[in-house]
Amino acid sequence: MTQGVLSLDNRLGLDKYEIDEQSHISIEHSRCANCGLKPCLTVCPAAVYVWVEDKVAIRYENCLECGTCTIACEGGGNGGITWHPPQGGFGIVFRYG
Amino acid sequence: MDEFDVVIVGAGPAGATAAYLCANAGLSVVVIERGQQPGSKNVSGGLIYAQIYDEIFPNFWKDAPVERTITGHSVVFLGDTAATALDYRAEASAPHYNAFSVLRAKFDPWLAAQAEAAGAMVMPGFTVDELIVENGRVCGVKAGGDELRAQVVVVAEGTRSQLLKQAGLREAYSPKDVSIGIKEIIQLPEQTITDRFQCLSADEGAAYTLVGHTGGVQGGGFIYSNRDTLSLGVVAKIDSVYKSKKQPHEILDEFKSHPFVARLIHGGEVVEYSAQTVHRGGFHLIPQLYGDGYVVAGSAARLLLNNVMTLRGMDVAVASAAAAAKAVIEASGKGDFSAAGLASYEEYFKATSVYKDMQTFKNVYPLLENDRLFSTYPDMVCAIMEDMFSVQLQPGKKGYRALRDRMKDHDVSLLNLAKDVYQIGRGVAL
Ligand SMILES: Cc1cc2nc3c(=O)[nH]c(=O)nc-3n(C[C@H](O)[C@H](O)[C@H](O)COP(=O)(O)OP(=O)(O)OC[C@H]3O[C@@H](n4cnc5c(N)ncnc54)[C@H](O)[C@@H]3O)c2cc1C
Ligand code: SF4
Ligand code: SF4
Repeated sequence: MTQGVLSLDNRLGLDKYEIDEQSHISIEHSRCANCGLKPCLTVCPAAVYVWVEDKVAIRYENCLECGTCTIACEGGGNGGITWHPPQGGFGIVFRYG
Repeated sequence: MDEFDVVIVGAGPAGATAAYLCANAGLSVVVIERGQQPGSKNVSGGLIYAQIYDEIFPNFWKDAPVERTITGHSVVFLGDTAATALDYRAEASAPHYNAFSVLRAKFDPWLAAQAEAAGAMVMPGFTVDELIVENGRVCGVKAGGDELRAQVVVVAEGTRSQLLKQAGLREAYSPKDVSIGIKEIIQLPEQTITDRFQCLSADEGAAYTLVGHTGGVQGGGFIYSNRDTLSLGVVAKIDSVYKSKKQPHEILDEFKSHPFVARLIHGGEVVEYSAQTVHRGGFHLIPQLYGDGYVVAGSAARLLLNNVMTLRGMDVAVASAAAAAKAVIEASGKGDFSAAGLASYEEYFKATSVYKDMQTFKNVYPLLENDRLFSTYPDMVCAIMEDMFSVQLQPGKKGYRALRDRMKDHDVSLLNLAKDVYQIGRGVAL
């Protein structure tokens, strides 16, 4: 099956998650309005950030907890992301790592 | 509200090592880990360089869940469709066997179990929400609504080190100084991997570092052989990723589509997709490693060694944690956990071979910034090899002529080449 290219959703579907009811990511939307590059929209390996109706929407359930978005938003964006680790035991569960 | 000698945040290689050594010295130690189990949040390429592990956990490979002993190391330059490899093979002759491949979800629980056996308490499933700081001194952590007080906190929370930032104990990171690693685990039969990676038995494995063909981003790829899986990934500088406007999984797909890579993974099935940030490392980025009531070890202290050929974070984490533990144990003897009481951490760390290696490779950093290394040279090297190997209607060229012609094709001036050779020399060779 690997010979064909896997879609991102198929890839994320391979992973195990313990989904928390509450989002561990929040956005201060007023900052995004003044953010030229919007790196969050491209840099996330799980495409958690999407541009919907003039706003950044979050699909936090897919988060791989890599930390890229916060660094990209701080240094290349406008600091709109607040990211906390999910509460203990929740979120991504790597079986190989 | 318990009072411990040592509270450790994170059960990665750094946290587990510090816990093991402090508990062995008779201190009361608790390790708090946010994953369901140690390792369930952790991603790495997966090569552990064994020397320091062997020093602390003698003959660990007999017992620890390592995948394969790495006996082959290759650096491969990927051109558009061709590849040129520098292939090194050795016998897995003697302990400590230099390097092993590991899977973190299996290896980290073993390390944590060593700490537990030495008497440390490991608490998985709890996220530390903040450090408790009173009068400028770290005196414990808050986790899951509880406070845990300690004489000293070992911050070993990995690359993001959110807690240090919240407490104002570190500066913000720049997207230029951090990379994203995007990884897949690809399953293949054990025998197929043994054959394809040219190993004599299933105990042996090989590691490929690949330069080029990463969609114009600054970074490189890796493929490491495990028992019946491969660890495959691309590590790329964060700002170069968002400037490329390519999504990380697209960069990964481009890498996987290269014929050299495609041959190695042919017929395999992807079973996990993961990502993690990794500092780009560098001697000049080593921060202050301690303060009143705390020490920082491993990736939380940005400690990493990258010399293009190898990426070393896990042994660096262990070495720094061992130096930190030594200082903590001494501080406990003196009853002084102030910054002054913990300052010997720095001396101990500076005495390690890891620190000296970081110093030796301190000029690699500019090399990692050099776009030609990732985008131009790999293809140029392959083109020159093509000139050497292919027989065509036109008369062939000797080496220097081929080089000059290919430099022209690739827009590389003699001056640039000279500068780059100098940089490579300063970085990794001379
Ligand atoms: C793609 C990639 C490839 C790599 N390849 C290699 C390689 O081949 N060889 C090598 O040696 N190194 C490699 N590295 C680097 C290596 O992974 C790190 O240097 C190493 O894991 C650092 O160990 P650590 O103990 O400091 O941190 P980590 O291993 O990151 O451990 C930190 C721990 O703290 C926990 N934690 C974090 N925050 C909290 C909190 N608030 N509360 C409770 N727990 C918390 C985490 O869950 C984690 O278990 C690679 C890294 C990446 C991303
Ligand atoms: S990068 Fe940050 S500030 Fe910019 S759009 Fe994304 S979340 Fe908003
Ligand atoms: S932590 Fe990584 S996976 Fe999660 S939202 Fe940020 S960039 Fe995406």
